[in-house]
This record gives sequence, structure tokens and C-alpha cells, in this order.
Amino acid sequence: MSAFNAIGEKREVEREDFTPGIEPQATWCPGCGDFSVLKALKGAMTDLGKNPEEVLVATGIGCSGKLNSYFDSYGIHTLHGRALPVARAAKLANPDLEVVAAGGDGDGYGIGGNHFMHTARENHDMAYIVFNNEIFGLTKGQTSPTSPKGHKSKTQPHGSAKDPIRPLSLALTSGASYVARTAAVNPNQAQEIVKEAIEHDGFAHVDFLTQCPTWNKDAKQYVPYIDIQQNDEYDFDVTDRKEAAEMMYDTESALYEGEVLTGRFYREEGRRTYGQEKRAHGDMPEDPLAERYHDDDYEWERSYDLLDAHK
Amino acid sequence: MTENIVWRIAGGSGDGIDSTSQNFAKALMRSGLHVFTHRHYPSRIRGGHTYVEIRAGPEPVRSRGDGYNFLLALGDSFARNPQEDAYYGDEETKPLAENLDELREGGVIVYDEGLIDIDEIPDFEERVEENDWHVYPIDLRARAREKGREVMRNTAGVGATAALLEYDLGHIEDLMADAMSGEVLETNLEILKDAYEDVQEMEFTHDLRMPTGEHDEEQVLLSGSNAIAYGSLDAGCRFIAGYPMTPWTEVFTLMNQHLPEVGGIAEQVEDEIAAAALAIGASHAGVKAMSGSSGGGFSLMSEPLGLAEMTETPVVLIEATRAGPSTGMPTKPEQSDLEHVLYTSQGDSNRVVFAPGNVREAYEQTRSAFEMAYEYQLPAIVLYDQKLSGELRNVDESFFDRQPDPDLGATLTEEEIAEAAHHASGKFSRYQRDPDNDRGVSPRSLPGQKGGRHLASGNEHNEQGHISEDPANRAAQMQRRMRKLESIREELDAKESSHQTYHGPEEADYGIITFGSQQGTVEEAVDRLTDEGHSVKSLGVSGMMPLAEAEISEFLSSVNEALVVEMTGSAQFRGLIQKELGRFGPKMHSLLKYNGNPFEPSEIVDGFESIIGEDEPAPTTQFVPAAGD
Repeated sequence: MSAFNAIGEKREVEREDFTPGIEPQATWCPGCGDFSVLKALKGAMTDLGKNPEEVLVATGIGCSGKLNSYFDSYGIHTLHGRALPVARAAKLANPDLEVVAAGGDGDGYGIGGNHFMHTARENHDMAYIVFNNEIFGLTKGQTSPTSPKGHKSKTQPHGSAKDPIRPLSLALTSGASYVARTAAVNPNQAQEIVKEAIEHDGFAHVDFLTQCPTWNKDAKQYVPYIDIQQNDEYDFDVTDRKEAAEMMYDTESALYEGEVLTGRFYREEGRRTYGQEKRAHGDMPEDPLAERYHDDDYEWERSYDLLDAHK
Repeated sequence: MTENIVWRIAGGSGDGIDSTSQNFAKALMRSGLHVFTHRHYPSRIRGGHTYVEIRAGPEPVRSRGDGYNFLLALGDSFARNPQEDAYYGDEETKPLAENLDELREGGVIVYDEGLIDIDEIPDFEERVEENDWHVYPIDLRARAREKGREVMRNTAGVGATAALLEYDLGHIEDLMADAMSGEVLETNLEILKDAYEDVQEMEFTHDLRMPTGEHDEEQVLLSGSNAIAYGSLDAGCRFIAGYPMTPWTEVFTLMNQHLPEVGGIAEQVEDEIAAAALAIGASHAGVKAMSGSSGGGFSLMSEPLGLAEMTETPVVLIEATRAGPSTGMPTKPEQSDLEHVLYTSQGDSNRVVFAPGNVREAYEQTRSAFEMAYEYQLPAIVLYDQKLSGELRNVDESFFDRQPDPDLGATLTEEEIAEAAHHASGKFSRYQRDPDNDRGVSPRSLPGQKGGRHLASGNEHNEQGHISEDPANRAAQMQRRMRKLESIREELDAKESSHQTYHGPEEADYGIITFGSQQGTVEEAVDRLTDEGHSVKSLGVSGMMPLAEAEISEFLSSVNEALVVEMTGSAQFRGLIQKELGRFGPKMHSLLKYNGNPFEPSEIVDGFESIIGEDEPAPTTQFVPAAGD
């Protein structure tokens, strides 16, 4: 018998089940793109028939970090940039949990960049949603790793001298097995992409363009957007690493010229998740480790039986 | 009393000094002696000045002792710079030349004349005469080459040692048979025996012989690192995440080897921030988890450590101190991370810190760290150092014959969650401001459990974990979290066995107080001072946070003056006692050492005699030995 009976439990789940009674209304600014992430996540989880208690949402710090304040499930609101290491260990400890990690562009591509690279490399089975608004919002509008070159802010009074980071390319190079970009202004696509990311077996990175009406852009600056899967002009194979890389590069460059390209950029099928890989190496138990602590019949190994080497 | 043997094997890193000394120590233990090892090595893969000492005697050994009395100087196969005035000195003669300062009068020297030319060592003959040393040059390399491979010269050296000390070769042969097989074993046995027999033919001028002893029961030989790893396994820990760093790497390596065997998970990750964050994530999901590092790596763990405190996630961290600041001296011990471990991370500290004093305590207190972490939902840290990490000691096998403790502590089952307090909207009240128990602990649910959903946030939060800056809630949550430390102290004080260790007479005029790994050395110093007619006792403190205030108070109240012994430069431990128990300030004087080598008992004896009982004692004596270590 499982100690975690919410997992896999079939309940009638409605979108509103993911709205917490404590903070039903998010405190993001009016017109903020973050609302779209929340909406897409609620929609995706409902579509997938998940119930709130089999889901763990791990977040970083910033406006994006409040996602799990406004999304009702198990949640852990961690540190700036550290949602991924917390999330991936929870997944290893109990692989039956549906684990989603989320954070902002400063959080994921700046301070947490090392974790992003390595979590992608290891292909942990989780969706990682990055609220990319090209700015530090909560700390009041400083230049972020995705701010365009020349971006002026209180911390970059002469305009940023740095080229922005290329999040899609970085994810691909690091080893993510699903890479997509969507935008707050396109709620239908966003929900579909978030759903695919959750369903994907492996590390699924979603770069979610979320306008920040207070500090840089409002929604109309992400319009018109192009869905590359719906447009004949962009014909490439999402399962081909080289073609995907080229498409990503063009997309990242285009964003700063006012052209918003969204859609699926890369999908690698058949690759083992990190948990499967570890199991294949004999480094991970078959059954969820978290269950063992509730199994009264389990005979716990003890060091006394290892002492022969010390005699 | 028969003189203890303190045998030192010296050579270059990579010359097999570690394995040779470990096997010899084990043979001595099997033959009925108590053993204790001390390891000294440079931060280099090959070459450099390396030695291991084994102290052996019929009675339990508490420390490395003062100096040593038998030197086996091998050649350094990786030596470079054969000029004496080169930056690193003459490495070819180092295994002999660099070890002479600490060799006691009347000591024995065996050196590999195949590699070491004594003419290159200044004043060697004069020093030998002056100190009444007994020198036996043996071409160990030639003996090894003749029968097998050059590395086997260690075996020839051990054979020579046994002959000179009249030690039964059978114990060493048995051990070799356990450790090797086939042709390698045959060759080694041959080299061992030949060296033994040939040396027996030499004319002995020394009196030193191996003492004899007997154990009442089966013994096992373990290091502090072994003990911490075993304590973790027996506490039900099945998850570790880490990043290599000396000397913490030993515990990390052991756990990486043991965990997959018992269906656990070990993760080597990108950095120590991730390592601590992973341990928190695994524990949050319901697994007993640990991480750890040494000074610099532990600095990176500061922020996750605070997250564990704020989200009340149980986690055990191991901190193996080495000489700092910054990269400091990677392979040398110090205790100067005490304040770092007690206070690092923003906000008020809310953690448990134990500093075990020996191998047995390392096991015991690692278990205790897991128990406290999971029972009280906070980080617990085991603080030790390079000295304890590599120090091998014999322990009764039966010491480990006890039940594992995989209990998750203050964690609810789904049935219990159904009965527990919830918000009207159905969210579980994970952080009740006033839980049913007076310990301040609000039991947790685990992700995936029915009815237990909540938010765990590093922001200050309300009962369901949602972010809150309400002053009344803030004060109540702070008070509850801080109450946990008081409860832990009460629980520990009420236990039958204390984590503090007393030594010497029950009543004495003077005291010596120390913490962590210097405990055994202090105890040996107390014995010597007692023999010399001083009225003195000691207290080894392990409960650093919450500080073992009652026991320290009682101890300090009972003596006229106390010497505080620690391996720090700024008297951190004395400062801690003064912070918590200010009234004892005038009674305490410091003895400090921070040159990279642990105290020897005689240094504490000298320190005590020059500081304590003086009319106007200096508040601090910084111990800087004249030569050697």
C-alpha cells in the first residue's frame, strides 16, 4: 500500500481546484504576462487529469516565484535560482510525483544558470517554465540576462553593453530533450505547450515570454506573434538537432528586432530520463525511495553487517 | 609501563603509505594492541612530504602522542628538485630529513639506502649521536626489485620493522593474505619474510620492542569518516548530494560506495549550492538526506542552510574543517570554521551543531544529528576536521550492534493528516503557530499525501505556508522556531548519556575545556598533569548549538581557572562560551594552535603549566612550536 494516495488518484478535477482559497487572486500588476503562465498551468493540469496533491511546484524568487502562492498544489518556494536542484531531488526521491519547476529569466538564466545547464544535461523528468520578461521586475526594473543590448535601466544608465543570453540555444546545447517558447499573449498555444512539457519524459524547457507592463513592455509589443508550426515559412524538423539549433538562433535574434517567434523548437524522443539512466546504472532503486520509510516490513540494512572490512 | 610504539612511515604521496600503514595498524590491532593513527599529507597527488604514524600500546590510546620513536623512511618515487635550496627543498632526502625533528631520543631509524643518501642530509651523523638514535640502513628498493616490483619496498620496510621490534610476523602475513591474492601475495610474502630474516641477523643496538596486549572482544578499525558514514546509514539516510572537497570527500566517497548497495541514491552535482539544495529537496519529498563539504564549499551552502531553517526541512550537513581562510591549507586540520558553521546564513541561526571528539562519538552524534533534524525539522550539522576524518582507531565491534533508526520524526501519515488542522479552503496547516506539543514542532506532510497540500516558503509565512508579513504572525512563527532549540537542549540534557565527555578526577582545582577533535589529546595531557601532581580535569564539549550550557556552567563553576584549548587563531570557542555564559570570562585562558598540525599532549601540558595558576596569566597563548610540528 502506498503512503502517497493522492498520486494517481482519479478525482474529478476542475480548473478551479488549482485556485487556492487563501490567495485566490494573484498580486501581479494588471496586464502582467505572469497571469498567462498561471492560467496555462491550471489548464494543462486539468487537461492531464492531475489532482493538486500529486503535483509539486518548485519556484525560485521574484514575481515568477509566487506562482505556487497562486496555484494550489504542494509547493516549495525556494531561493533565487535554486528551484531546479530542489525539484530534481524531490523527483529522484519520489519519481511518482509530478514535478514542475518555475522561475524568471534572472533566476534561471542568471543566478541559477549553472543549475539550468546541469539539470538539462542530466535530463531530469520535469517541466521547467521560465517566465522571460527580459527584466528584473520585483526589484524594480534592472537589466536582466535577457534584456536587449543597449537596454537602459537604473543599474545600466548608459545602456547594457552585453548581448542577451540565448535561452533556447543554451537549453539545447546543455542537453534538454524538449525546448519550446511560448508567449503570454497566446494563451491557447501556451496551455498546449505547457501540457506537452509536463507530459514529456525528460527535461522540458519552456521559455515563456511574459510582458512586464510596469518596467518594459505591454502585451501589444509581443503582437503579432508567429507560431512556427503554423507558418510555412519556418519549415524545419524539430527532432533534428542541427535544424533546431539554427531555428533557435534565428528566433533569439529576431526577438530583439521585434519579431516574436514561438512554438516547439526541439524534441528528442526515446532518450532515457535521468531516473531511468541511474536505474540502468544500478544507482537507483526500482521503487520510489520515499515509500520505503512507510513500509513496516522493510528490513533496514545496518553498518554492523559491513564491518568485516574493518577487522 | 611498556613504552608505546609510535611508528612513522614516511615517503611521497602515491607511494602506498596509506595502505601500508592501514594494514600494519590492523595487524597490530588483531594481535591485541590498541592503535591510533595520525596522517599528514600535502595537497599534491604525487610526491611531497607524507607520513602516517601508528601509535600502539596495551591500553586504549587517546592521541598521537608526542613525537615518535620509530621511523621507516622510504624513498620518494616522485621526488624532484634534488637541490637543497630549491623551493620545495631536497625532495629525495625529505622522507628522512624532514622527519628527524620529532624523533624522540633513543629512537630507531630504518631508511631506504637505495634511494636516500645520508651524505645529503646536513649534520646527520652528529644528530644521530646527540640523540642516541639507532640507524639501520637497508636497501629496500633493491629487495623489492629483486623479487617483485619497486612499490613492494613498503613490504620490505614492514618486514624490517617487525624484526627490529621482535613482532610476530604471522599477524602481518595473515593480513596480507586477506588483502591480496595470487602472485602478488606470494611475492609480497617472500619479500616480507626475507627482509625479516635478514634484519634479524643484524646486530641490534636499540631497546625498543613492540608491546603486547590482549582484547576482551573483537575489534574493528575505523576512521572518523567511516564512523560518520556508518552513523548516517544506521540513521536511515539513503540520499546524499555533494561535490568533492578535501577532507569532506572521504565521507562523500564512502556514501557513494555504500548507498547504491542499500538501494539509496548518491548524487555528485555541479556545486555545493546545488548539493545542499538537493538534500533539502529529497528530504522535503520524504527521504532522510544529507550533504556536506569543507570550509569553502560550506560557504556556498549558507543560503540553502537558511532555506532549511525557514521551511523547517530536516537535513543533515557534514562540515570537515581545514585550515582557512579561503583555500587555506587544504590537507591540514584546524577548528576555525566553528563560528562559520554556527552562524552562517542570513537571519537568526536555528540549527543543531555537534562536534564529536573521537571515532565513537562521530558515529553516535551523526545518528543524533539525524534524530534531532527529523524530530525538530531543522538542519543539523556534524562539525569535524581533517584530524578526526583520517584518524583510525580500534573500537569494540559490539559498539555497532544496534538497531537502525529510519524514523522520519515529526511527519504525519495520511490518517493523521485527516485529523489535523486545515484552513477552511482545505489547505493543510503545516506551520501551526501553536502546535499541540510544547516543543515548537509542527508536524509536516509530504508531497503526494492526501489532504496535506501546503506551501513551504523561504519567505516568512502563515500557518499554511503562504507568504505573510503580518507582525503578529511573524513574532509567533519566530518564537515557535526558536523554541525548538530550547526543547532540543532540554531533551539532550535529560538523556542518560551526554554528548559531553569528562576526564580526570571528579573534583579538581583547575580545568581544561576543549571541543571536537582535540578531546583525546587534552585527556592525555590531563593524565600527565595528574601524574605530575596537578589537580586538573577536562571537559570535551560536543553540543555547540544549542550549547551545552548547563554542563559547561557546572564544570566552570567547579574550578578556579580553566584553560580553553582549540585550533583557532581567534579563540572562537572561548568567545562562544563568553557569549553564552559571560560570568565565566575572567576564569578562562586560551591555548591556541593554528600552524596546520593538531596539538600534541606535551604542548597542552606546557601551556597549562605556563598559564594556569599564574598571578597574572596571559588571556591568550598562541602556540607556535619552535620546529617541526
